[in-house]
Amino acid sequence: MAADLTFYAAFLAGLTLMGAVLGSWMAWVFTGRASLLAPVERAFYRAAGISPAGQRWTAYATAVLVFNAAGFVVLYLVLRLQGVLPINPQDFGGVEAGQAFNTAISFVTNTNWQGYGGETTLSHFSQMAGLTVQNFLSAGTGMAVAVAVVRGLAARSAADIGNFWVDLTRTILYLLLPGSIFISLLMVWQGVPQTLAAGVTATTIEGGQQFIAQGPVASQVAIKMLGTNGGGFFNVNAAHPYENPTALANLIQVYAILVIPVAFPFFFGRMVGDRRQGWAIFAAMSALFVAVLLWAYVAEAAGNPLHAGLVEPGVSMEGKETRFGLAQTVLFAVATTVASCGAVNAMHDSLMALGGMIPLFNMLLGEIIYGGVGAGFYGMVLYVVLTVFIAGLMVGRSPEWLGKKIEAREMKLAALTLLVMPLGVLVLASASILTGNATGSVQDPGPHGLTELVYAYTSGTANNGSAFAGFGANTTWHNTMIGVAMMLGRWGYIIPVLAIAGGLAAKTRAPETAGTFPTHGAAFTVLLVVTILIVGALTFLPVLALGPIAEHVSVAVGRTF
Amino acid sequence: MISQLRPALAMLGAFTLVLGIAYPLAITGIAQVAMPWQANGSLVERNGAVVGSSLIGQSFQRPEYLHPRPSATDPAYDAGASAGSNLGPSSAVLLEQVRGRARALGPEAVPSGMVTSSASGLDPHVTLDAALRQADRIAAARGIPVSDVHAAIAGATSRPAIGIPGAPLVNVLAANLALDAARR
Repeated sequence: MAADLTFYAAFLAGLTLMGAVLGSWMAWVFTGRASLLAPVERAFYRAAGISPAGQRWTAYATAVLVFNAAGFVVLYLVLRLQGVLPINPQDFGGVEAGQAFNTAISFVTNTNWQGYGGETTLSHFSQMAGLTVQNFLSAGTGMAVAVAVVRGLAARSAADIGNFWVDLTRTILYLLLPGSIFISLLMVWQGVPQTLAAGVTATTIEGGQQFIAQGPVASQVAIKMLGTNGGGFFNVNAAHPYENPTALANLIQVYAILVIPVAFPFFFGRMVGDRRQGWAIFAAMSALFVAVLLWAYVAEAAGNPLHAGLVEPGVSMEGKETRFGLAQTVLFAVATTVASCGAVNAMHDSLMALGGMIPLFNMLLGEIIYGGVGAGFYGMVLYVVLTVFIAGLMVGRSPEWLGKKIEAREMKLAALTLLVMPLGVLVLASASILTGNATGSVQDPGPHGLTELVYAYTSGTANNGSAFAGFGANTTWHNTMIGVAMMLGRWGYIIPVLAIAGGLAAKTRAPETAGTFPTHGAAFTVLLVVTILIVGALTFLPVLALGPIAEHVSVAVGRTF
Repeated sequence: MISQLRPALAMLGAFTLVLGIAYPLAITGIAQVAMPWQANGSLVERNGAVVGSSLIGQSFQRPEYLHPRPSATDPAYDAGASAGSNLGPSSAVLLEQVRGRARALGPEAVPSGMVTSSASGLDPHVTLDAALRQADRIAAARGIPVSDVHAAIAGATSRPAIGIPGAPLVNVLAANLALDAARR
């Protein structure tokens, strides 16, 4: 226990340091001061016929949408046609239409919901030229949008919020690609395979045959973590010993998930010329992170009371891997759901009722505790707008953030995004139940079954991609509806937040006066946390009560389902 | 909208070449040259034949071998199709499975890992206490002193890297190879 808590404290200290350093590097990159790869950048722009001039928010958003749409079509075709495409050592046929649609949406929106079993469905070509590419590009899209939002907040009377193609290219060249190369090699060192062979067949000691699937795993694992994508090479994702072979590899992967999301508030502080602004947001995120981490730890440490007497007291190992231990199993489950990663190193479906509630809760808040790359920060911007507005009402002054007035247009747009999670989670999950599409797909009866269903739609809407994997999502209804949820959860945030950024960029910065409510310091951080909990948590308390909380109470009194 | 189409397709094409082809192939090349054993799956050979991977669990059922954890893949330890049970904490099916496995091992409570399936179905490890509980059975089946079994287990035991909390782990395949080697 004490060793685990010390480990968590050291982890957080390391994460803060890395985030601060990376935030500085990002400020350097996105203001165009990093010029090492400028010739490569120019070659890209020339080849694509791009003028790197600034774009208004509407042009920026159009570029994002057109680029994502093109990415969807290409990925869909790659999956459908993989039977005739190269590097297919196991001769897999084309992916079925509904699953290809769902998977293509999933990877373009940075969700990486796995409707497929990687090693039994996809060719190496699909994994590399299809999924790995979108791992980079969907992460790059989210980061570019967040960079544009920060630029809009920092600007004074500006017409544009930067250029999407430039932001995307720099994200890839200066952050995601070098980072992925470094992490890939660390992963191979720890034992993650990187080969074009399909696998090997071993003759086991007891004389059986064991086919061991392999492939170019390390290169995909690196970006799936760094880009908070989460789509695994293998069916069980980062629980597979080839995707995550050691305790050290696990720790590196958790850092890879969180380092860019943590860097964003520091980057923001530098860009707006007041680092305290970044620290205030980082502090709010970290306070929530510590709370959910400890909650999940305590819930898992308690073990399963139904198994008392059969097993020794302590953690239930169902769905957990021995090599990670309790501390790193919980850390991974929390990190992957506060960020929009969705990789799993344990089966979330088998976590304790209240332990499994935490990943669900993290996503229901909209993944703003650090959050996905870019997506977490722009999600947090929306909560800040809301908090500033509420604070303005409380002190009776017109709300301002960074000297910019928050007015009706900003509030309408921010309020619109508050509808995204309830719409994707509550409405679509309810529709599944009412149309009779729920009971056939849930694996466990009772309250746990409801949690499986709600988790699936939450994961889709929040663009997370992790699952209570007993849920049979590979049906026409769920492939389609979760596809809709993923699109809603992606562009339902991106378009309004770019509109807010465009509007704020055009505003002048009013000087700070004695009446300004400061958006740095402890008072603001507390107010921000409270706003998140009230808005985010209260919306979903009823469904949590019917799912995980009801299950916890049932288990406590010895009831099984 | 149309004016953005050419940049979108061109960027997509260029990035597919760089990120989808060049990047994984470059990593493959470096990995195959610099770390070929890991890059090819950390395979373990005996007498020149591949008997498994040090990272991937395999099924052991005979009494003279150290047994791995239960596996949810079908058949057990199918390394071509990884899977967990995904059974929830309130599951009656899970409770029956745990009860059945625990009863098969004896009357007293056992470490949870011995009666629960792992996340991947391919867990290559058991905890040290789970391994030591099997020592008497292995020694009896082989007709060797228990101390020899303990030595084989100790040789296959590792701990997480410095600073990372976690119990000692026994690699089941390594322990069983050591047991067989000691016999000769």
